[in-house]
Amino acid sequence: MTNATAPSKKKKRSWSKWTIHLFPIPALIIYGMFVLYPIIAALSYSFFEFNGMNRGNFVGLQNFVTLFTKEPYGSMFWNAFKHNGVYFIIQMVVMNGLAFFLAFIIYKRIRGSEFFKAAFFLPRVLSVIVVGFLWKLILNPNYGTVNVLLEKLGLESLQRAWLGDPDTALIVIILVNCWFGIGFGVLIFLAGFQGISSELIEAARLDGAKGFKMLSRIYLPLMIPSIMIMGVLTFIQSFEAFELIYAMQGSMGEPYYSTDTLAVFFYRLAFGSSTASGSTSIGLGSALATCLFCFILICTSVFLRMMNKKDVEM
Amino acid sequence: MKQGTIWTKPFYYIVVFVVATISLYPILLMILSSFKTSAEIFKNPLGLPTSISLDTYRTLLSKVPFTTYFMNSVIVSVVSVALIIIVCSLAAFYIARFKFSWTNAIFFIFLLGMMIPIKLGIVPLFILMRDLGLINSLWSLIFMNVATGIPLTMLILTGFFRTMPVELEEAARMDGAGNIRILWHVLLPIMRPALGTVIIINFISAWNDFFFPLIFITEKAKMTIPIGMMSLFGEHSADWGSLFAGLTLASLPMILLFFIASKQFMEGLTAGAVK
Repeated sequence: MTNATAPSKKKKRSWSKWTIHLFPIPALIIYGMFVLYPIIAALSYSFFEFNGMNRGNFVGLQNFVTLFTKEPYGSMFWNAFKHNGVYFIIQMVVMNGLAFFLAFIIYKRIRGSEFFKAAFFLPRVLSVIVVGFLWKLILNPNYGTVNVLLEKLGLESLQRAWLGDPDTALIVIILVNCWFGIGFGVLIFLAGFQGISSELIEAARLDGAKGFKMLSRIYLPLMIPSIMIMGVLTFIQSFEAFELIYAMQGSMGEPYYSTDTLAVFFYRLAFGSSTASGSTSIGLGSALATCLFCFILICTSVFLRMMNKKDVEM
Repeated sequence: MKQGTIWTKPFYYIVVFVVATISLYPILLMILSSFKTSAEIFKNPLGLPTSISLDTYRTLLSKVPFTTYFMNSVIVSVVSVALIIIVCSLAAFYIARFKFSWTNAIFFIFLLGMMIPIKLGIVPLFILMRDLGLINSLWSLIFMNVATGIPLTMLILTGFFRTMPVELEEAARMDGAGNIRILWHVLLPIMRPALGTVIIINFISAWNDFFFPLIFITEKAKMTIPIGMMSLFGEHSADWGSLFAGLTLASLPMILLFFIASKQFMEGLTAGAVK
């Protein structure tokens, strides 16, 4: 009897030991198939010629050369790249700057802080497509709230076709993005403020620091980790910007490519655009994707390395 | 110091009040305008609706198959979230509890996904979905939601598993429970807070996703709400009453959920960044 049960018990245990290795398999398969494979494939596509969706010959760096030297691709690339840069800078200054200040105010314990936090955050739960369309209606030159409001205030001279004017369209879209994202920044910065030890603040106060000096000399250096986190996230999001522009200005970055970004340009190269005669080119699109991917990855790694260094110093 | 306090407090209140107004007003305007006819919106864009009328909603529902969009969104979001929880709790349990030489490498590969701009892989993804026969299938969206939700979910769940005492499991193991039983009956019930966060983040991004349905879905019968909005605005752009009604209906589920659980929403969506 004992002889018969002992091996079966052993067998059972080794079976259950082995099955544990199945646990990560479903996640690995889905993640590998739909995240790792496509991004690696996209990088490799940039070295091939394409005929529609069919892969042709290996062409080395030809797609990259075409992308940067042949018109209109070359100027479109730098035009879009510049807009991504503007996107990042304005969001850093306006959205994160204001979010930092709002978080500081909430940290100082004002009444109704829970309400204000929720109010700043509410736009974030909407779909980007809803945000885009809603603001398109609000910014409509004839019936939109913004121009109507300006008229009521007697400021007709400021009225304009906000999204139809190449001078304002990009800025307005970035500001809409700030409206959407500010609550997130407030929460990140607030968590940062709340993580500062109160003894440190008390010590600084006893040394006579106050007001603006307190903010710039004590809080700001201590908040560098949170600022870096928001910097990295804003950077990635700025250089991937697509949905809001597509929803509000279409795949051509209307008017006259004044709101074009690299991701919108990429979409045009990969899937074509409904309005223009511009031909699709998967090869060129993949070359653009590779450049953008490397640029984001390199910049983020440098940011993160700087961040870790700062942590060590403190 | 005294002067400072007299000046600063009212200034602080003015700033937060102004920003809160800017944050809320467009959303309020959207909801109020959805009860106005287009003529009323054009004549009196800022005022309150003269009467609460649901006509705009009736027109909207007669123009677009909104209930189909809504059902598709519900199916995609619910199935995605359920699958994410299943595959990620299995994988996170493995990574947090078993120290094989490769567990950390697997974890790192999962986390790498947070830095990958997946939209740039859309061409190979389109070809892959086409070859799998998933174009115009809700499964294409579900797989994308699960795959893109894995990195952050793994970070949160693995972190949570690591904080939990091993003693509980050891007791269960003594009683002869296998790994699945330990995970299901011992660990999952006590990790409710982490699961709440995971559900919220993934549900919002699945519900609001617009990029993947834009590429994978062209049939009206398979559209989710965001992409349905796209066709509504393309085809009926003159009827502002219905447009506002459409936007309101598209956002209402999330706004209501936010009112019920605003704390969990805010904690959930910032969870990945703070860690």
